[in-house]
Amino acid sequence: MTLTLENITKTVGGESHIDDVSMTLEPGSFNVLLGRTLAGKTTLMRIMAGLEPPSSGRILVDNVDVTGMAVQKRNVAMVYQQFINYPSMNVYDNIASPLKLQGVDKADIDKRVRSTAELMHIEHLLDRLPQELSGGQQQRTAMARAMVKDCKLLLLDEPLVNLDYKLREELREEIPNLLAERDTIVVYATTEPMEALLLGGKCAVMHQGRVTQFGPTTQVYHNPAYVETGLIFSDPPINLVDAEVRDGAIFMKSGHQVPLSGHLADLSNGTYTLGIRANHLSVDPTGADTIAMQGQVELAEITGSETFVHVHFNDVSWVIQEEGVHNPRLGEATSFYVDPTRLFAFDANGKLVAAPPVEISNGKAA
Amino acid sequence: MNKITNNKAWFLVLPVFFIVAISAIIPLMTVVNYSVQDIFDPQTRFFVGTEWFEQVLGDSRLHDALIRQIIYTLSVLFIEIPLGIAVALTLPRKGWGVSASMVLLALPLLIPWNVVGTIWQIFGRADIGLGGYVINMMGIDYNYSQNPMDAWVTVLVMDVWHWTSLIVLLCYAGLRSIPDAYYQAAKIDGASRWAVFRFIQLPKMQSVLVIGVLLRFMDSFMIYTEPFVLTGGGPGNATTFLSQFLTRMAVGQFDLGPAAAFSLVYFLIILLVCWVFYTVVMNAGKREEQ
Repeated sequence: MTLTLENITKTVGGESHIDDVSMTLEPGSFNVLLGRTLAGKTTLMRIMAGLEPPSSGRILVDNVDVTGMAVQKRNVAMVYQQFINYPSMNVYDNIASPLKLQGVDKADIDKRVRSTAELMHIEHLLDRLPQELSGGQQQRTAMARAMVKDCKLLLLDEPLVNLDYKLREELREEIPNLLAERDTIVVYATTEPMEALLLGGKCAVMHQGRVTQFGPTTQVYHNPAYVETGLIFSDPPINLVDAEVRDGAIFMKSGHQVPLSGHLADLSNGTYTLGIRANHLSVDPTGADTIAMQGQVELAEITGSETFVHVHFNDVSWVIQEEGVHNPRLGEATSFYVDPTRLFAFDANGKLVAAPPVEISNGKAA
Repeated sequence: MNKITNNKAWFLVLPVFFIVAISAIIPLMTVVNYSVQDIFDPQTRFFVGTEWFEQVLGDSRLHDALIRQIIYTLSVLFIEIPLGIAVALTLPRKGWGVSASMVLLALPLLIPWNVVGTIWQIFGRADIGLGGYVINMMGIDYNYSQNPMDAWVTVLVMDVWHWTSLIVLLCYAGLRSIPDAYYQAAKIDGASRWAVFRFIQLPKMQSVLVIGVLLRFMDSFMIYTEPFVLTGGGPGNATTFLSQFLTRMAVGQFDLGPAAAFSLVYFLIILLVCWVFYTVVMNAGKREEQ
């Protein structure tokens, strides 16, 4: 089926939760809703599911208006951040419950429960109760419950947030494969840019109740249409600095100068905001054209394989992502280098006007 | 041997021993003392072994009181628990109604037992009590001071009025702790209202219900004040429950030996029932509770 949202808004107590969202989800597509907490991801999913009616706008399924239709009749399934299973039923009965309610016959239920359990790697846990399972197994059960009924729309609301790192990676790898051969529309909400990139598919970036951009995930990542999109779809958030184009060069507010060349060559005179992702800053000069800058180290976060160095210069705070473990002294002056070929330029309204060409050579999406 | 022993720890435990000894063990031992001896005065006492126990256990009036007590306690539980759950389910989940109903529900709990007794004693009177008057107006011959059944029902209604709120509040707390996502998930599945109750709400309320049942069992099994205030255990022996019986024996007739023996039996009954109930429920729920 095709799910179309037409000018959906949701206002609760005078406060706008969803603001004029229109989008079309293709059959069998994998869609990531990326946005910060309170961006409206869950509300939008609830509206898609039919758990909540929109304040205005229409929801179409294959061009049929289903806006007022009850959730039970829509054939949707949802997986939540919390691990939601019937506490007094064992895993088998939990997975079987939606089928029983649909009135599927017993032999068919048994077959489908077992094959779904196998798919989710919980076939050995069928007679356990949810409380006897680990978090990962509980969420697998919840996902099996959602997948067993062959729904047309599967909503996953930050399903991996409450899992520990290892389990999260495991399930994240499996999810796109599990759903690949179905014509189910999958909507997956997340706050994490990396998760969106790893899941692939299409990505809708949400900010303050609006969908600011919707397109293939990597394309959105490489061409964030607005400053906000760049901030949301980068971890750490994209580094920004105000700049002005005049006399054939770009003058950053911090006093540095960038030549108008490459993808930036067509910028006309005016004020801009330049953005650069943390992984494109370096404490070593990476090429002949890099621009050297100085700043004070405010903080260094070591994640294990990488170090995030927070630097401060001329009222601007940036984050540099460095490979390996570095331990700069706090307050120490440090030099770092900007690669001008990696700069994004946004106009005075925050709209993207120039994005660096996509590099595919190293095989990494970043 | 690398086990570290530190005798100072005893000083930290001693106060507890001391307090428990004063508050529980020593008083209990005096009761034990009375239950196995016939005491006339501090110098004159005879060891009687199990005679008092045999006497009270063979007492047919006590058997009657025990049966009355069991029927009463079961009635209390069978009315208050389902009623409490039902009321909790209908309470609002948000808005001003929440605090309003909380206050209303908590009110009966704040009233002392003997006041509750007095309230109902007056309320139920056929001449000046609103309740008694209205019931008689409707053509039902209701008089708790003469009809044993009326007295018995009045004590029961009094307890239901007084304590159902406790079950409601406990269940409500249990219900509130269920994340909204459970209800949404059930809605998406198309589960019926009954299925939501049976498979989500009831299992999630299980632990508070165990506490509720235990509290109501113990409390109703020891009921004393309400029937005492209402009719003093009458008419006849209709509302003479175990506490009443015990008090009459100990204070009224001054049969300290049999009273002490019976106190111990009484204590053991409550302890045993609570233990059995708790163990059974927890074993049944063990797989769910972990």
